[in-house]
Amino acid sequence: MSVGMPLSLGLPLLLVALPFLGGVVLAVLPSLRVAALLNIALALAGFLLALGLLALPRGGEEAVWLLHLDALNLPLLLLGAFVGLTTACFSAATVGGEGFSPRAGRAYHAAFQVFLGANHLALLADNLGLMWVAIELATFATVLMVALHRTPAALEAAWKFLILCGVGIALALFGTILLAMAALPFAGDGGAALSFAVLLRVGREADPSLLTLAFIFLLVGYGTKAGLVPLHSWLPDAHAEGPMAISAVLSGLLLNAALHAVLRAKAVVALNPGPLPPGALMMAMGLASLLLAAFALWRRRDARRFFAWSSIEHMGLAAFAFGLGGPAALAGMLHLLGHSLVKSAIFFGLGRATMLRGSQSLAGLGGLVKSHPRLGWSLMLAMLAIAGLPPFSLFASEFLLVQQTVARLPWLTLPLGIGLLVAALAMAQAMQALGLGPAPAAVPLRAVPSLLGPRLDAWAALAPLHLHLLLALLLGLALPAPILAVLLDAARIAG
Amino acid sequence: MGFGQLPYDVAHLLGGAVLLLSFVLLYQRRMAAVINAFATQGALLALAVAWQGWAQGAPGLYVTALVAAAAKAVLIPLALRALVRRFGLHRSAEPALGIGAGLIAGVALVALAILVVLPATTGAGALAREDLAMALSVVLLGMLMMITRRQAISQVIGLLSLENGLVLAAAGVRGLPLVVELSTAALVLVLAGVAGFFAFHLRARFESLDLSLLHRHRGERAEAEQP
Repeated sequence: MSVGMPLSLGLPLLLVALPFLGGVVLAVLPSLRVAALLNIALALAGFLLALGLLALPRGGEEAVWLLHLDALNLPLLLLGAFVGLTTACFSAATVGGEGFSPRAGRAYHAAFQVFLGANHLALLADNLGLMWVAIELATFATVLMVALHRTPAALEAAWKFLILCGVGIALALFGTILLAMAALPFAGDGGAALSFAVLLRVGREADPSLLTLAFIFLLVGYGTKAGLVPLHSWLPDAHAEGPMAISAVLSGLLLNAALHAVLRAKAVVALNPGPLPPGALMMAMGLASLLLAAFALWRRRDARRFFAWSSIEHMGLAAFAFGLGGPAALAGMLHLLGHSLVKSAIFFGLGRATMLRGSQSLAGLGGLVKSHPRLGWSLMLAMLAIAGLPPFSLFASEFLLVQQTVARLPWLTLPLGIGLLVAALAMAQAMQALGLGPAPAAVPLRAVPSLLGPRLDAWAALAPLHLHLLLALLLGLALPAPILAVLLDAARIAG
Repeated sequence: MGFGQLPYDVAHLLGGAVLLLSFVLLYQRRMAAVINAFATQGALLALAVAWQGWAQGAPGLYVTALVAAAAKAVLIPLALRALVRRFGLHRSAEPALGIGAGLIAGVALVALAILVVLPATTGAGALAREDLAMALSVVLLGMLMMITRRQAISQVIGLLSLENGLVLAAAGVRGLPLVVELSTAALVLVLAGVAGFFAFHLRARFESLDLSLLHRHRGERAEAEQP
């Protein structure tokens, strides 16, 4: 970083640029082992840079170089960099077992870093167009990673991902154009019409019906990425067929970045009393996702698809919370953080178990507590957390959400309660089967190919899981005051 | 600007022609004809964008028009034709929905686009409004094409034609920053590349690009078959 460049510009820029540069290096690095270690180092550097963001002033009026840091994207950035780091550790422990060719291994690590960089860029971008490009880039990186196994099921999953998200991206771009069109008469210079700071200033005067139309397109378009209901069906397949580590970053990062884009748009559109309030639209889509996923959970046999459906459920809950707005937006923020932490923890445990058992069906993974006690109990604990049981943070956010719903829209309590209850029961049943249920008749003992050595492998797979659960516990039991202040600020920005 | 003035009339004509080609894409049954229709749509789109550049006095739009002409009217159709020739796919573009039903659905979607856009844009100029209505129709027809076709290549053409609608919309809005058009162009190139990659892999696996074959391998069903 040059001396003349102020820190507030250099730090976000470096955070975005580092993974892209790293991705280029990883794309040409022949050794899988070195690549896995470099991947960890890059993710660690990214996490340290993200921690450095805490020291910067937030919420300045103008964006520097199209990047903008405020209370809404700061927690998501920290979370993204943290999950990126733990996933890189987990990935180093499992990538040996994925059976990649040297070329696929290079593509995998490069795509991982490009995905991280695109995710950071999508969160930091102040410009709607830039955010759109970043989310598109993140999508293509994950499509490639999902296809890496090249089995028929993986190709089917990647194709579905590409086509559905292609439609989603296109709809989001149409919404972006409409939003710019609404802002253009007031924004003066054309380049500014896509900046959030400018949009927030002119949103009050812009044409309300045009803004509402733009929001519908943005909601459906980015909602596709966030796994919200009509266009959600790519999500379970993409989670189930890609490399293990990808499921963790998909649920932990990509879904959040997409929902964050919707929140930015909502903050602009909500300034203006249009024909359809944006919050109501978000609540309808969130509730539909929650209910569909809650019932779909009961029919799953594949463990990774089961937890992917649970991601749809939780993104629905978060969308519902943000749609309700006010104090419920705090619940939404907390829910995003808690869900990402716990869900990626589950995928770490699940990846390890899949590797040991050689099967990813719920039946094939049964009786984990008996065969692998530490892994089994940890996974069961994480599933309790995702089901919304205290003392984890998902309990706190769901409790706050239900309390807000009862107080403000009592007639929505029934569908919300049914969704939560049905999903929690499905989760409890799966937990019982996975942890304590009967083990499959003959559990084959597999020799897992390893990059780091078996002891370090077991450690690198379980330590991230425990760390995530610990953080979720911390967020649930005693929300530290500085974090609460940032989250409250974020909830205010998201409306 | 209104009827009877040259900039308006020509813009309207070209936009309408792009929309017409979307209908042609809906009912063509031979692969070569689908690709020809797509190339024609790309050329018309380039003309429409260039006209908008002239009418709005925005030279940046000429770049967009040039990119559209090069990519959509020449390069992508050539690549698709090479793919078709290599795999012998000439007669395999059967739509899943009949021609009549497809066209009726298409007309309904155009009506929907008009009903949605025109009331929402009363503040904007007539040219921008109707351009937007036509662009949204092209987007919706592209989606319809993706739904009604089973071939991987036809689905990608549907997606690219959908994206033509986005370019049309972006060009019609006066004073939109260039970054939008550039990113749209980037989307096309990346999309075409990724889709081509997949087409090769699908073909290598299944000896066909008919996606209905893939459903057998979908997720949980595949697992149920291999205990």
